[in-house]
Amino acid sequence: MKHIISLLMENEAGALSRVAGLFSARGYNIESLTVAATEDPTLSRMTIVTTGSDDVIEQIIKQLNKLIDVVKVLDLNDGKHIERELMLVKVKASGVYKDEMKRMCDIFRGRIIDVADNSYTIELTGSCSKLDAFIEAIDKTAILETVRTGASGIGRGDRILKV
Amino acid sequence: MDSKAHPPAETSTKSITGAEIVIRCLNEEKVKFVFGYPGGAVLHIYDAIYKQNGFKHILVRHEQAAVHAADAFSRATGEVGVALVTSGPGATNAVTGIATAYMDSIPLVVISGQVPVPAIGMDAFQEVDMVGVTRPCVKHNFLVKDVKDIASTIKKAFYIAKTGRPGPVVVDIPKDITAHIADFIYPKTVEMRSYSPVLKGHSGQIKKAVKLLLEAKRPMIYTGGGLVLGDGAEELIKLARALNYPVTNTLMGLGGYPATDKQYVGMLGMHGTYEANMSMQNCDVLIAVGARFDDRVIGNPNHFGSVKRTIIHIDVDPSSISKRVKVDVPIVGHVQSVLAEMNEILAQEKAKNDISDWWKQINEWRLVHGGRYEQSSTVIKPQYVIEKLWEVTKGDAYVTSDVGQHQMWAAQYYKFDKPRRWINSGGLGTMGVGLPYAMGCQFADRNAQVACVTGEGSIQMNIQELSTCAQYHLPIKVILLNNRYLGMVRQWQEFFYEDRYSESYMDSLPDFVKLAESYGHVGMQITQPSDVEGALKEAFAKKDKFVFMDFITEQKENVFPMVENGKGLSEMELPKVKGVKQ
Repeated sequence: MKHIISLLMENEAGALSRVAGLFSARGYNIESLTVAATEDPTLSRMTIVTTGSDDVIEQIIKQLNKLIDVVKVLDLNDGKHIERELMLVKVKASGVYKDEMKRMCDIFRGRIIDVADNSYTIELTGSCSKLDAFIEAIDKTAILETVRTGASGIGRGDRILKV
Repeated sequence: MDSKAHPPAETSTKSITGAEIVIRCLNEEKVKFVFGYPGGAVLHIYDAIYKQNGFKHILVRHEQAAVHAADAFSRATGEVGVALVTSGPGATNAVTGIATAYMDSIPLVVISGQVPVPAIGMDAFQEVDMVGVTRPCVKHNFLVKDVKDIASTIKKAFYIAKTGRPGPVVVDIPKDITAHIADFIYPKTVEMRSYSPVLKGHSGQIKKAVKLLLEAKRPMIYTGGGLVLGDGAEELIKLARALNYPVTNTLMGLGGYPATDKQYVGMLGMHGTYEANMSMQNCDVLIAVGARFDDRVIGNPNHFGSVKRTIIHIDVDPSSISKRVKVDVPIVGHVQSVLAEMNEILAQEKAKNDISDWWKQINEWRLVHGGRYEQSSTVIKPQYVIEKLWEVTKGDAYVTSDVGQHQMWAAQYYKFDKPRRWINSGGLGTMGVGLPYAMGCQFADRNAQVACVTGEGSIQMNIQELSTCAQYHLPIKVILLNNRYLGMVRQWQEFFYEDRYSESYMDSLPDFVKLAESYGHVGMQITQPSDVEGALKEAFAKKDKFVFMDFITEQKENVFPMVENGKGLSEMELPKVKGVKQ
């Protein structure tokens, strides 16, 4: 099952490689990983999307907690949460594609942020599955390039991950 | 110079070099020995060592041995072991030692030199990314980039190494940093928001565990290296005696419960005793203390899980719990304090749990005599050497081993009654640890009997340390069980590869007697069973001499019982020897 794990860690050189190294050393999956400093510049917030059985996820959480630089770990799937991912897609926008791409972009509430002679760049934000759905919905041959940030997650309401 | 050697009580000094700060930190931590090897990147530190006498530096012959010796010093004493190596090859040579300590959770601080900060990343001479190389095999590591951070980093390194589940910590210090000047301020305490190990177990869980134990019909106490490292042996003995329950130790846990005690059923696992493995498999309530259900301990986890039993697991590391085997009552905490709390509850308990039927069953298993071997009057049996070693040393020696058949025989036939006496590489299984481990033990206790049980394969992996032993007059006794084979490899080739002994024969061996003598040691070769006891007595009577004993043993002796890979714990292969019930 897919899990979104959020963690706070010391914003120090090498901290990211400790997490990435842990996943590769123990054979855990990483679907995506995003990281940036928080409002407190000494802390980094990381969101990891991973898959695994309950036992594996339990071990992942324990192993992450064991890393000395990790301050707090939260499995967002344990409660209500929101996930968002940003995608930039460059698509063909000539001939028949011109109108179709504009229409699909509107349906998915995306924005065209760059217009060139033969292409659009579409910005789309949403859950990972919404972005997947967009890719599915448009003509594959029209896609020139995609860039995805990986998911960021946050708990709903009172679920707060803070030191 | 003198004032530097004996630092004043306050931990603040004006303007000294980074190298001097390193020394002062080690003095603050009351380090007695630093095992190391000098080189370019640590020259400033070695110069500072020259001017101090707070600790003694032990010059090894290879950096791997420095880390192993520091590791053994820690295993024998419970203190943090310290090693010092230079950058590049010095650092990579240390890695096997660090990984060995990591797998067995041994607290070490390894200080490595690094190229100067401006040279980092420039492929400088003797540069290696030590923090990157060691990341998977340390509890934590640091690269110090400012002289002002040296003291606080070393303080943290010691704190992290010895608290929680212990482990090695690497502190990588660039050369220029050790020449820079700063005030020396050694922090009294460490505060880390990201690291606060749980020590006290959950009281509710502890009560629940005691209740389960008292209701058990077929209880079993299973303890590992964590009990030894957590100094919980005394509390465990109290608990086991109060309950009159059977106890088994893992390879790492030997000595955690006295092997000569009647409640002890022996080591369990791949080469465990018949009675220990059968009891483990068939128990209904299992309490695991500082043990981790390792693949060499429980065999096939599915087979182990096919029997219904309730498992209580005490461990300081939450990630050890329910990793390989699902646990019913997890207790995260320091083994000593959790066991003490259990003992307090038990002391108020009046009801005794009678498990005489279970003991009857265990005693029947004992009568299978799965650990018998065939004695010979013409060729030395390796097991016999260990039995005699135990007798001659009165069971009171520090016994180190390398890795292979001799390690298993030492574990099976030397009856350890005290913790921290059996020093071996259980997790990583590092050949070559035996001799440097013996050095670490001998430094820990200069008057103790220290025996290094080894094979002709393993001993050659760190044979250069014979020189270190000569330099420091270490009266170690090497017990070489020389079968001219990489015995454990050969045994597996016999069992699983139809006797195709691929590269497992040890040819062109040195004359170990002459080799030992060339370093100024005593060398002995023993070829007759009738000479074994006498030779051991003679060797241990030489209290101030290093004695290398080359026992020419049976070539194709196998280690039994054996749980083959993938088999269940109760599916043991027993020796085909008279007196063993098949």
